[in-house]
Amino acid sequence: MKPGHGEVLIAEGDVEVAEEEELLIREFRHQLDQGMWAAVPERTNVGRREARMIKAFEDIPRDADRVIFFPRAAGGV
Amino acid sequence: MLLAAIAIGVVIVALLWDLVLPSVKEAVERYKARRAIIPGSSYDPGRERRAEQRARQLLRSCVNDEEWAMYRDLGFIRVWGGLSRAPRRGRISEDPRAGAPYAYLVYPHKPIVAYLPQTGELLNEYCVEFPDETRPYGSSRLPDSDDVLAKWMALTGDERRLLSMANMHLPGRQVDPKRVRRDLWHLSQWERERLRRGRRSQGEVGAA
Repeated sequence: MKPGHGEVLIAEGDVEVAEEEELLIREFRHQLDQGMWAAVPERTNVGRREARMIKAFEDIPRDADRVIFFPRAAGGV
Repeated sequence: MLLAAIAIGVVIVALLWDLVLPSVKEAVERYKARRAIIPGSSYDPGRERRAEQRARQLLRSCVNDEEWAMYRDLGFIRVWGGLSRAPRRGRISEDPRAGAPYAYLVYPHKPIVAYLPQTGELLNEYCVEFPDETRPYGSSRLPDSDDVLAKWMALTGDERRLLSMANMHLPGRQVDPKRVRRDLWHLSQWERERLRRGRRSQGEVGAA
């Protein structure tokens, strides 16, 4: 998510392909280095929708179809 | 005679020249200014609308049907809180609210309002923003639906972390409690109607 722009595709690829996985890892780290938070929306066992916050690339479920980056939360006024 | 006429003509032209020249110059400048290419600003009036449309699609793809319908119809999403703990067995908590289910109302670009669904009591306002530290986008804010989605993800993904970063205030600091109570009433009506419609459609399926 980018303020003023909404959803922007950063990178896409298949984690089963080594080169593409490398690219995804690089972009993932780059986003986190920029101070973004990462989350994967998912469905729980009971059918509830929720997000899983991701702090490391290894934490992303292998079958996740997307990771959403959004600005880190800060206290508002 | 001819020479005199020419001389008079030259004098008249010379006198008029001083009068006419400034307005001619001004007209030329105006013409140039009209034709000049002004470096355009990159502001695109449709950009924010398109961003909001994309944000709505993204939000819809993440939350469940009920939450999406709630946002579409009422303009906010209710997210159930996950940190309440029941009082320990054999102990009587001093706070009668301990362990009671609570929820949040998530509005776009407004504080998150925590409340008790059973009583409608408003608990707190959590002021939280998602400022973009990266440039060159850092000046504007997230589209409305992205702001709601960011709050939804942060609340459902790591509620404790979000609350620790938010500024907590008593209800009514930014969001008018009357408005929240009205929204809660609308929400209850909306849920009742949705339930009724669901039952009706189930009945129709059963009858068919």
